[in-house]
Amino acid sequence: MTPPLPAAPVLTEAFFALTLALLFLAPLAIAGVALINTGLGRSRSAAQSLLGNLAILAVAAIVFALAGATFAGAPGAAGHSFQLAGKSWNWLGAGPLFLGGLGSAQPQTQLALLFEFLAVALAAIIPWGSGADRLRLTAGCATAAVLAAIVFPLAVHWIWGGGWLAQLGDQFGLGAGFVDGGGAATVHLLGGLSALAVVWIAGPRRGKFPREGLSTALPGHNAVYVLFGCLLALVGWLAWNVAGAVLFLHAPLAALPVTAVNTLLSASGAIAATFAVTRIRFGKPDASLCANGWLTGLVASTACAGLVTSGQALFVGIVAGIVTPFMVEVLELALSIDDPSGAVTVHAVGGLWGLLAAGLFAPLPGQLVAQLVGIATLLGLVLPLVYLLFWLLNRVVPFRVDPDGERIGMDLHELGGGAYPDFVIHRDESYR
Amino acid sequence: MKYAGLLVMPAGFFLTIAAILLFSAPAPRAAFVLCGLAVEGLGLAVAVRGHMEARGGSRP
Repeated sequence: MTPPLPAAPVLTEAFFALTLALLFLAPLAIAGVALINTGLGRSRSAAQSLLGNLAILAVAAIVFALAGATFAGAPGAAGHSFQLAGKSWNWLGAGPLFLGGLGSAQPQTQLALLFEFLAVALAAIIPWGSGADRLRLTAGCATAAVLAAIVFPLAVHWIWGGGWLAQLGDQFGLGAGFVDGGGAATVHLLGGLSALAVVWIAGPRRGKFPREGLSTALPGHNAVYVLFGCLLALVGWLAWNVAGAVLFLHAPLAALPVTAVNTLLSASGAIAATFAVTRIRFGKPDASLCANGWLTGLVASTACAGLVTSGQALFVGIVAGIVTPFMVEVLELALSIDDPSGAVTVHAVGGLWGLLAAGLFAPLPGQLVAQLVGIATLLGLVLPLVYLLFWLLNRVVPFRVDPDGERIGMDLHELGGGAYPDFVIHRDESYR
Repeated sequence: MKYAGLLVMPAGFFLTIAAILLFSAPAPRAAFVLCGLAVEGLGLAVAVRGHMEARGGSRP
């Protein structure tokens, strides 16, 4: 066990109230992503998709309370560590079981825990969108349980709980250590890599990659859900990034409006860039790609909104927006990755770019290397771990629905009724 | 092939850890961290390639 680390500055009552109010708005980010996941799926799976988002949120919260929160620990709390090359490596939290003593914990510890509950829910619903139209409800809940019990707590402890990545600055002189104010690594990169693992294991939707020719376009069923989800996500993201800046970057009051402005600028730059790119390439702007661009800008801002200037935030967003349509195309056409919600591009690539930008634009020497070490950890250690866990899980709880279920739609197959009973739902045969 | 790629990726991670342990000067440390990331990228490329080959063999 390592001795407790120096705790974060004590929050004043006003700061506590502000952060709590922000955390009540932050679930709108989850609502936005859930709506986007549903809109980008097919109409015959819409109810299963939205119910899945709720079920996954619930499972993630319960499992995190029962097990994950213990391993995640809290900043300033004790943790498990080992000695290597004369350095202490704090690798696992040692918090109380089943949220014991939560009521008597310091206010910022309680707020950080609430933030982590929201973060685990968002991280767990990201792969659900990628597995749309073929991932079974029980499989979605099982992946959420694995993420909430094992993988997410590890990442959270290393980054937010005073673990070894957070200590890179103190131990190795690498800037302020690995910095991730809003969860670009713990939520988005983790969620995006989990989405990649789910897509690899579940395989593509039926008819997506026919033997002859290129991939078949299977457009989302409701662009209004998707675009309204983007607007909801903006409100949630503003609250999310500002609350993260208070809790994990210890930002002063004066820095909070700038963080919010940077979030908005990053998203705006991203959607403008995606709009322009798709307008130039296809002759008309593409609504779903623009939505993906907007979300990629928001994701990139989670890492750096509290650290960069407004001009830099705009630049981060523009780059994210340019990259998004090309990455979506490369993943689908060149790499045969069927990702209906674009989660691998939006969350994994957007999160990577945001974390890198935080290092590029940070004034501290060594910060870029700290960010690269954090990225290497998520990519090199967490992706194989998630893939292994999901691969094992797939042996127990098969991810993919049977072919007949996929043909009639997940709503009828898993719920016994559709989301739109008054409308004719097209089957695959209708398109041929 | 996919599994081989996924096994290469942790090797890149351990290279980055070795870099921050063994080097104190910023330039070689950054160079070796980048090498670690490159190894991870290589592993990811192999894994993706393996996924594509498996997918190509099972197309309907």
